[in-house]
Amino acid sequence: MPTTTIAGHEVEVNEEGFLTQPSQWNEELGAALAGLIGIELTDDHWKVINFLRSDYEAQGETATLRRVSTQMGLPVKQLFTLFPGKPAKKMSYVSGLPKPKGCV
Amino acid sequence: MTDQPFVPSFDDDAGADRKFVLICSKGNLDMAYPGLILANAALGEGIETHIFFTFWGFDMINKKTMGNLKFSYIGNTAMHMPGQFGFSMPQGMAGLPGVTALTTKMMKKQIADLDIPEVPEMLEMITASGGHLWACRMSADMMQLVEDDLYEGVEGIISASDFIELSEGAQVIFI
Repeated sequence: MPTTTIAGHEVEVNEEGFLTQPSQWNEELGAALAGLIGIELTDDHWKVINFLRSDYEAQGETATLRRVSTQMGLPVKQLFTLFPGKPAKKMSYVSGLPKPKGCV
Repeated sequence: MTDQPFVPSFDDDAGADRKFVLICSKGNLDMAYPGLILANAALGEGIETHIFFTFWGFDMINKKTMGNLKFSYIGNTAMHMPGQFGFSMPQGMAGLPGVTALTTKMMKKQIADLDIPEVPEMLEMITASGGHLWACRMSADMMQLVEDDLYEGVEGIISASDFIELSEGAQVIFI
């Protein structure tokens, strides 16, 4: 696996650039990853990121957009506002997790 | 290794040139989902997405039927019991009273087990994600339905010519 250095941390990434070791992630890195894709993190972003991290730990896979929305009680629309364009991919990237596998 | 960090290309602009149009023409439970799932996925990739409902597809947006689509395996020789691949269900059974209710219930359960929402909620997700829903003029006239009869997320009842304009430059999928 290739590695890349982000905010002084050397991390393993896959061919697309997603972190492959969720354990290499920390909050400082999360903020740096968000900055690299043009997102400035607010409290609302952090709530989503913290949910994704803990849900991944419990489920062993990244939550889909729908799961984030239903489990957190957040409207899908808001997720599109927080992580514009491709919300599911962007939120998992910033959280240091793989892209979600589910279809919905 | 370079000093530049390796960052995925989310390529927000790529989706901007792409437009995805689905024509939903069926009102069976099993035929409703392909369009809904694809529309939802396209929106998640930042692609402008429209669904045009025509003929039996109206059952997906008619307030009276949208939550109650049915699945029958009449004429579908691929139908087998869950996990029993290669053993088709007898076609003669499909038409018996109560069988459609049973197969519908079974399919709904399989869909729910995957945490995939029912049709009305799928439509809600699609509109919340910025998708556009349109109804076919001729079908509405044939079935004597007006906008008030349709799911509120439907933006309008449009003609075939309107649809041709709307789908200019789009990838169109007929279901």
